Amino acid sequence: MPTDLRHSPGARVGLSIAVATGLYGISFGALSVASGLDVWQTSVLSLLLFSGGSQFAFIGVIAGGGSGPAAAGAAALLGIRNAVYGMQLNALLHPRGWRRVAAAQVTIDESLATSTGQTDPVEQRRGFWVAGVGIFVLWNAFTLVGAFAGDALGDPKRWGLDGAAVAAFLGLLWPRLRSREAGTIAVVCALATVLAVPFVPPGVPILVAAVVAGGIGWFGFRHGPDGKGLEPDVDPYPDLGDRSGATNAGTLR
Amino acid sequence: MSVWFWIVVACAAGFLTKLLGYLVPRKLLTNARIARVAGTLTIGLLASLTAANALATGQALTVDARLGALVAAATALWLKAPFLVVVIAGAAAAAGLRLLGAA
Repeated sequence: MPTDLRHSPGARVGLSIAVATGLYGISFGALSVASGLDVWQTSVLSLLLFSGGSQFAFIGVIAGGGSGPAAAGAAALLGIRNAVYGMQLNALLHPRGWRRVAAAQVTIDESLATSTGQTDPVEQRRGFWVAGVGIFVLWNAFTLVGAFAGDALGDPKRWGLDGAAVAAFLGLLWPRLRSREAGTIAVVCALATVLAVPFVPPGVPILVAAVVAGGIGWFGFRHGPDGKGLEPDVDPYPDLGDRSGATNAGTLR
Repeated sequence: MSVWFWIVVACAAGFLTKLLGYLVPRKLLTNARIARVAGTLTIGLLASLTAANALATGQALTVDARLGALVAAATALWLKAPFLVVVIAGAAAAAGLRLLGAA
């Protein structure tokens, strides 16, 4: 029998993940304004794009002097994993009607990880919605806080905000480097980027790296149980809650 | 095209990608190769964004305070610091190095 909501493990894990993730909306807000977007544009990205990696990618390309199409392209490519998450969550939760649209919007790394970290279907559902909606609310609130703070700071370089952006990307990458192959892909793509920088317009090196990464993924595919660590569902908070079921997320119960 | 236009494009693409997962037949995306490509793309793009933001200034490669931020962030991550602390460590390193005279 499912426990009531106050004692629900899914809701509890979802809430702690929502607070931890929502808080770093501050860094997105501040960095977005530092990249040259205004507070409105920053808020729209958090409200409508709502996927940390894609949002950081968009402003990362803009900050480097890249064009709008390159920024949108990088953001869209980084969002592809969300389609895989959506398929997994659809199989777990079967949302219908408007709930399906709402579920799609809050389908991100953290809500998937919270949901698949639970074993009881009721708790999977609670975990998903509490994490997803909780992060949505807090992420947007803290994006605004960060955007106004960033606006007030003035010269972003003086405060090291360009260094903060570098740290943010490394922080998003780090938990995914769980296998030798993942590390190799990261190094190869970083090298491809650096080699491409002098020859193509800003922003395009990131798309070059996407082609390299996609090629390694597609052509390096072997049938069988290898490819460990490349599962798109990475738990960003391995210390929180019961994660025993998480590694099975890709296999779909 | 204005930045606004591309923001809207990115948002539409992002949402439709998410929704797609709920609409397509299960078999298509349980395809292990597609799941693998989604994984390698994510790693490759994040690695690329890290490198570009650390080293690129327009079309030039430059070594400046941002490289210090990268080292500081890696150290913080090595010590299992939470995301926000990692970001602050990166900012502090870059700002600190500039105070000391780095570009």
